[in-house]
Formats: sequence, structure tokens, C-alpha cells
Amino acid sequence: MRDQAVPRVVAKLLIPYILLYAFYVQWHGDYGPGGGFQAGVIFAAAIILYALIFDLRTAQQAIRPRVVGLLVPLGLLLYIGVGIATMLKGGVFLEYGVLEHDPVHGQHLGILLIELGVGTTVAGVMITIFYGFAEAVSDR
Amino acid sequence: MMETIGLYNYWVVIVLMMTGFYIVVARDNLIKKVIGLSIFQTSVFLLFISVGKVEGGTAPIIADGFEVYSNPLPGVLILTAIVVGVATTAVALGLVVRINEEYGTIEETEIHRQDVEA
Amino acid sequence: MIDNHLPILQILLPLVAAPLCLLLRHRVVVTALAIAVTWVTFAVSVALMATVLQQGPISYELGGWPPPWGIEYRVDILSAFVLVLVSGIGAVVATWSPASISVELPRYERHYLFYCAYLLCLTGLLGITITGDMFNVFVFLEISALSSYVLISMGQDRRALTAAYSYLIMGTLGATFILIGIGLLYIMTGTLNMADLALRLQDVADTRTVIVAFAFLIVGVSLKMALFPLHLWLPNAYAYAPSAVTAFLAATATKVAVYLLLRFFFTVFGYDFSFDRMQLWIVLMPLALIGILTASLVAVFQNNIKRMLAYSSVAQIGYMVLGISFASVSGLTGGVVHLFNHGLMKCTLFLAMGCIVYRCGSVHIDEMRGLGRRMPWTMAAFVAGGLSLIGVPMTVGFISKWFLVKAALEQGLWPVAGVILFSSLLAVVYIWRVIEVAYFEEPLAVDGQGPVREAPLSMLIPMWVLVAAIFYFGVTTELTAGIAQQAAASLLGVVP
Repeated sequence: MRDQAVPRVVAKLLIPYILLYAFYVQWHGDYGPGGGFQAGVIFAAAIILYALIFDLRTAQQAIRPRVVGLLVPLGLLLYIGVGIATMLKGGVFLEYGVLEHDPVHGQHLGILLIELGVGTTVAGVMITIFYGFAEAVSDR
Repeated sequence: MMETIGLYNYWVVIVLMMTGFYIVVARDNLIKKVIGLSIFQTSVFLLFISVGKVEGGTAPIIADGFEVYSNPLPGVLILTAIVVGVATTAVALGLVVRINEEYGTIEETEIHRQDVEA
Repeated sequence: MIDNHLPILQILLPLVAAPLCLLLRHRVVVTALAIAVTWVTFAVSVALMATVLQQGPISYELGGWPPPWGIEYRVDILSAFVLVLVSGIGAVVATWSPASISVELPRYERHYLFYCAYLLCLTGLLGITITGDMFNVFVFLEISALSSYVLISMGQDRRALTAAYSYLIMGTLGATFILIGIGLLYIMTGTLNMADLALRLQDVADTRTVIVAFAFLIVGVSLKMALFPLHLWLPNAYAYAPSAVTAFLAATATKVAVYLLLRFFFTVFGYDFSFDRMQLWIVLMPLALIGILTASLVAVFQNNIKRMLAYSSVAQIGYMVLGISFASVSGLTGGVVHLFNHGLMKCTLFLAMGCIVYRCGSVHIDEMRGLGRRMPWTMAAFVAGGLSLIGVPMTVGFISKWFLVKAALEQGLWPVAGVILFSSLLAVVYIWRVIEVAYFEEPLAVDGQGPVREAPLSMLIPMWVLVAAIFYFGVTTELTAGIAQQAAASLLGVVP
């Protein structure tokens, strides 16, 4: 669709704001509606839109499949890592309160880190799924 | 009568559930089966979410001036279930792509015929 | 400090190792990691078992939120018993697998994906067993199910793909049915914690919603454990999956579903509701008996031996459900102990099949001519597993059948005891077919290649560990049958 002006221009305008919105949803997930799942999907949607308008190869040059493949395990490990950190600090698994001296701050920090892990993994998985199917189609 | 209509959310759920289930059972095309499965799962999501609504309640975010909040738990549970649903659909479609590569068709009867002949 | 965290470590170890497999990717490193982690997981489950035997049930509150608000991991004697089985089989099969998957996975460079899915599947199965939260059950159920679809689809034969697809459809339907049941229970009680649910259900037990939830849960769990007539996904899935996957899933996946059946209908609904009010046995017992007979009969006519063993698995699920449907201490003991014993023997049999696939490339009955002389140790393990399947004394199979027959006679159900004995005869028939071909026929003429050799030690040793377990637990029954008896008593609420 690269040769069609309207989708191309609209996409170029929108994609940065979609990404920005993804980060807004990501970091405001603790006090407002939002969180890692939604943010990850919105982030991935921006990349997928980019790949649909320009072609798959261009998108894969910007966001390399190898990097995306790394995001999935890294996000999961961040999530589990927070859990292990709380255990090492004397709490039970995912007891955020022990992360800081003030339990409320600890909860805050814990949930932000967890959601970051979730967001990373979800974005990675969504883009991986899209790349996988898109490659299967373009190979034919 | 009013009572039956007042529970319309359950009717929506039941109709969607049976539609999805029928597609899974009756269709021959593997992709249509996956679509049916998704509709079936979505009906259950609606069931959960609709029971989380409290009459007159607002979104469950603490704010001044509100006393009644909807139940946030079903929504959270279904967020997880939606992710599971996405994963299931992705795996199913991935399998269909591979089946198409190997058999050259995604019609169940045709696949069965090839298996019997082989 | 470690002691307090044992329940979470049980889940955490394989869960951490799975993404690490994706990061490390190196063949030897990933294999070593998977084997090491599964053995440590096994050690954790044994430690949990020891703690539970000494101190009674353990509860672990995730995130420090006390139940019923937070998710609780709860280990009682029954779940500890299933944990030991699942993690033990997981460790043995992981140790056995490297040689096998090197010939059976078509794209071997992707082996790290195999171990990633394998560890996730193990995580899911352990999670179902350990959690005390209804919704958590659904999540872990889907983790294990999704990874097992992927594992099955890795088979060489293209029919593995269609088998995985139909398992996916049936499995997702089953899991969604369970989700509906959980949702209806949540609507009625407002809680998801199993222990809390059990208390609150008593006030609303007469409502139609709870009865509908009960029905949905029965169908969902029966689909997952392949109870006749909902077993249609199982034979193909087991026959065409890679051997390591078949051995692992056959010994664990359906067993965990049986565990869920026990959890839902004894712990959550309680004996009074499930068996007095709802008369659950009217459904379970006939289905179990028909399942035992038809699946054993069908097994006799299979020429693909993996498929034959898969049908035999359907029959064995029938035994477990039969034991449960008696709803007496000895019946439940039989069901629970058979859950463990069948895990051991079916895993041995499928590992033997895997060794044969490794050397011959096929498990068709014609390929097995004369294998008794070519692969003596593999075939001996097969015979040991087969004897146990028949229920010969000194093997574990005898112990479970003994309890089942005893339970049937206690209730005066002579015909049921007859069915158990008759189906043992059918087992003799289908096991004998293989033995006859393997030991009394001349080896197949191999063109171009040397004669088939014995499987390598890395496969024989894990397999013979299981054979030793079959005989050990067949002779000393205090451990397995004793634990199963305690578990049965606690499920029924009788003080042992």
C-alpha cells in the first residue's frame, strides 16, 4: 500500500502517536485504566500497521525479528525476576511491599516493573505472531 | 416477562455460545472451526464481564464522590482469558497453515480422504 | 528460608528455565539445563511430599495476599502425590529425550523450542496440581494444553498436525467448559478459592446455577482426561507425536485431569453434593466400564503399537474413573494409586516404543519381528511394562487392580469385578501379540544396513529406572498405597 497516498500519510502521522499512547497506557497502569497487556498490544499494533502500509521487509529492517524474539523471554524473566527479588528480600513471591522501606512505594515499584515485563512480552509475542504469518504468506 | 428480558445479557451469551459451538461442530473448513471456537470463547468472556457490572456503579477506580463501584475482578480474569484465547487462536491458525502446506487443503473431509488413501 | 518457598519453587524452576531456553539456544546447554531443572523440580516435589507427610497441608500465599482474596498454592497429600509423579516422569523423560529427538524432530536446529515447550507443559501440569484457586486452574490448564499442542505437532508424520489440531479444538472446548463452570460458581459465591468455595457452596447448593456449573465441570474435565466417549482426540495425538512427548503426556496430562476431577468433585463440591445429591456415579461408572471394554477391544486390533498403547490408555483412564465412582475409601485408593502406577508403566511402555523408533524408525507390528534378540533390554522393559498393565503380581498394576476389585466386592458389585478381570485378559491379548512377534518370529531381513542394534545407554538407563520403580512399588506398597489411602480418606473427610 506504499503507493497509495492517503493510507501512507495517515499512517506516518498516526504511528508515533500510537506508540506514545502505548507508553502512556503502560506507565499509567498502576493508578488508571491500562497496564502491560493493553500497552503491549497497542505497541504491536503500531508496528503491524507500519508493516501493512510499507511492506514486511521494511518493517523487519526497523524492528528486527531477532530482537522481537528476545523481547519475549526477557519480559517474562523480568516478571519472574521481580518475584525472585521479593523472595530474596524476605517476602513471598511477588509480595511487592518488601521492595522498598515504605510498603506503598514497594507496591508501586513492583507493579510498574511487573507491567513492564508483561508489556514487553505481549508486544514481542504479538509482533512475532504477525511476522510468522506474514512470512508464511510472502514466501508463497 | 420483564424478568426474562431484563436478563438479556444471558440471552446474548447463550445465542453466541450456541452459534460458536455449532460452527465448531458442523463446519468442514478448519479456519471456520477456529472462528467458531473464538466466538464460543468470546461468549464466555461476555458472561463473566456482564456479571461484574453493579447497577449504578462506576468504573472501579477510587475517586471522590462515588460510593458504588463495579466489580473489577471478572474484568481482570477475562483479560487473562482473552490472552489465552489469542494464544489459542494463534496456535490453531499456525497449525492450519502447516496443514495446508502438507495436505494442500484445509477441508476436513478432503484431509480425511487423503489420510485414508495413504 | 528455602523451606518456606518450596511450593512456589515447584512452579518457578521450570517456568524460569523455559524462557532461558529461548535465550541460550545452544543445543548442549539447553539440553543440560532442561535435564538439570527437571531433576531439581523432582527433588522439590519429594521435599514437599516429606513436609506434607510430617506437618500436614502447606499453604503459600502469592504476593502476600491471604486467601480467599489472593491466589493460594495449597499442597495436601493428594496434590503432593501427583506432583511427585508429574515431576518424576518429567525428569526421567527429559533425561531420556536427547537421543530420541535428534532423530525424530525433522528440524533439529529448533530443538530449543522443543525444550521450551516441554518445560512450559511441565509448569502447567504442576501448576494445575498445586494451586488452590479455581481461575488459576484454568490458566495453568491452558499453559499446559497450548504447549502440548505444539509438542504433538512436532511429530514426523503429517498426521501429527491434524491430530494436534483436533486435540486443540477438543481441548479448548473442554477448558472453556471448565471456565463456564468456574464462572457460574463465581456468580453464585463471589469467591474463587477452592476451600472458601467449598464452604460457601453449601448455602446455595440447591440452586439450578450450581447444578449447571457442576454439569459443565464434569463435561470439561472428562474431555481433558479423555473419558470414553470424549476420548476421540487421544489415539491420534499419542500415535503421531514424537515418542518423548507421547511418553510424557501419556503419563501426566490425563492423570492431572483425573486429579482435577477429584479436586472439583470431592474438595469443592464435596462428597455429599456430588455423590449423594447428584449421584455422580450413575454417569461415571457406566462410562468407565464401557470405556474399559471398548478401548481394550479396539486396542487388540491395532497394528501401530503406539496407537494400541494409546487405546489402552483410554481403558486405563476408565479404571481410575471406576475407582473414583465407587466413592469408598478402597475405591478411591484404587483410583489414586492407579493414577500413579499407570503413569509409571505407560511411560515405560512408550519409552520402549521410543527406543524402537530410534533404531527402526517405525512401531508397526511387522517391524518388530525378532526384536527380542536384537534389542533385548528394550524389549525386556516392554515386557515388564506389559506385565504390569495386565496386572501380574509383584508389579504395580496388580496393586491397583487389587484395590479396585476389593472396592467392587465391598459394594457387592460382582459384575464390575468381572469386567475388571475380563479386561485384564484383553490386556494379555494385546500385549502378547507384540511379545509373540518380537520373540518368536525371525528378524526382518534388513537390506543394505547392519542388523538393528540395542538402543544407547542414555535411553536405556532412564527407562530401566522406571522398570525398577514398577517392581519396587509392586512389592513394597506402604509408600504408594499408603499415601493413596490417606489421600482417599482426606477426600472423603474420613479420619484415617
